[in-house]
Amino acid sequence: MSATLPPPRLLPSGDSAITVEFSRNIDDAANQRVLALDRTIAREPIAGVTETVPTYRSLLVHYDPVQIGFDALSEQLAALAQLPVPPVTTTRRWRIPVVYGGEHGIDLEDVARTLNTTPDDIVARHVAGDYRVAMIGFTPGWSYLSGLEKSLHMSRRKNPRLLTPAGTISIGGVQTGVQCLAGPSGWHLLGRTPVRTYQLHRDPTFLLEPGDAVTFAAIDAKTFADQDRAAEAGEIVAELIAA
Amino acid sequence: MTKLVISTIGPASSVQDGGRHGAQRYGLTPSGAMDRLALAAANVLVGNAPLAAAIEIGPFGASFTARDGAVRVALAGASRNADISGRAAAFNTSMTIADGETLTLGFARVGSFSYLAIEGGISGEPMFGSLAVNARAGLGSPYPRPLQAGDELPTAAASGAAERRIDLPAVTDAPIRVVLGPQDDEFDDVQKQLFLDSEWKISATSDRMGYRLEGPVIRHLHGHNIVSDGTVNGSIQVPGNGAPIVLMPDRGTSGGYPKIATVISADLGRFAQTPAGKGFRFKSVGMAEAQAEFRKSAEFLRTLPDRLRPIENFDLNIEALQDANVAGAAVSAVDAATWSP
Repeated sequence: MSATLPPPRLLPSGDSAITVEFSRNIDDAANQRVLALDRTIAREPIAGVTETVPTYRSLLVHYDPVQIGFDALSEQLAALAQLPVPPVTTTRRWRIPVVYGGEHGIDLEDVARTLNTTPDDIVARHVAGDYRVAMIGFTPGWSYLSGLEKSLHMSRRKNPRLLTPAGTISIGGVQTGVQCLAGPSGWHLLGRTPVRTYQLHRDPTFLLEPGDAVTFAAIDAKTFADQDRAAEAGEIVAELIAA
Repeated sequence: MTKLVISTIGPASSVQDGGRHGAQRYGLTPSGAMDRLALAAANVLVGNAPLAAAIEIGPFGASFTARDGAVRVALAGASRNADISGRAAAFNTSMTIADGETLTLGFARVGSFSYLAIEGGISGEPMFGSLAVNARAGLGSPYPRPLQAGDELPTAAASGAAERRIDLPAVTDAPIRVVLGPQDDEFDDVQKQLFLDSEWKISATSDRMGYRLEGPVIRHLHGHNIVSDGTVNGSIQVPGNGAPIVLMPDRGTSGGYPKIATVISADLGRFAQTPAGKGFRFKSVGMAEAQAEFRKSAEFLRTLPDRLRPIENFDLNIEALQDANVAGAAVSAVDAATWSP
């Protein structure tokens, strides 16, 4: 049986990019279609398409209007978006170490209080999750993960923090995230990872790809400090448990 | 090795080029020159590729000294007073700074960003194919940060080629053209019309990430949160306070506010040069017009070298100098006191 997929909306983002929008909401099925279209274009490049940027519910397609116009590209993208979504055959799975709570995760106790439970229970629920990189954006290596357990969904902070540490692991809305560089964030800080999802002069510079599977493993502060030093020196530290 | 040494420099000045492309999917923003046409004009004057790395100079003054050889340079973009060790120096003209001489620039008079291209380019280590500074990501070469006094930019010794000027069309004051979308349906017709019919000013708290606009409050139809999606240079986001922000080359690669419209590529450089506090308007155009303008400016960039002219005698040089200066006197200066990096 082949169900007809709803067509995406093709929205102009200026004169040299098209947003192919599969859903207005965070939606796993839409994200699968985004990643499938992204892979299709990577496999069979369209002349004039210069770069694609997958996000939760849309694929941003940058192109050169000297080589292809809006109408012609829209038509091609619309057709490709209706192809059946192929099953993902090569999912990489990463295990990412996290030190939870205390100075490393200053919101863990608040989150536990808000949800009427203990910090240990929050950590257990977060570690039990099976996540997928839905998109990477905002700043280099900032990875948005889908798959957060429903009981951990909570709205973002009313007052975003202007500076949160590099490596922060946090939750916000229906998402959890791995933040690479220090920067502003309105999410709830649960812990920190020594893993650098972006590191210059390391191969690979960017560790995670949209579509990768991710699980977390709790570590203690001493292990964090050791692994942080190793990561600073260029070690990957995250464990690739399936490729 | 011959080098250009930064003697003095204000904030918001950095090495920039055509930008860094292909890694937006990892959250890496493209960066690159705020005004690509001005970058290209300066580069072409000294025989460089149009989008080679050059020095993007913010609204404040700066000075540069040639060391270990003569350095051939060209200035384009926001005009300002310029002299080489006391001799007047013109915009849109190549010129040579002798070993030990200093090129001194005043505040920008029209626009915000000037480009100083150096013959032979700037020697550095490209990252993702670009020397452009992106301080947040620790990228850019020779320095992964804005320029500071004392910095040294290694370059080639001046070739001794004949100096040239370039014929550029006058910059217009026409409205900044936009294509509506991708989220214009998050605003009703009244709000869209308000956006298009109002006079706007660029806030002093603008930078290479985004230009904040001052004007009427634009209200959303369904609230200001959307699921984050991709951004482009020129995306016009409307956050919760209703004050639009135009995203510039150091933008975040994704954003969670509805984007009412997008500045067309052909007008982005001109928009970037709009000084803080100066009134301007937007104008909505269709996709066909926006893409025709894109192709026209690509062709303009490609044929820039055809606009080079020899400097045959002293009179011509003076004429070029006056062109630059007269244009500079026509409009008010950037208010340096209220511009923050």
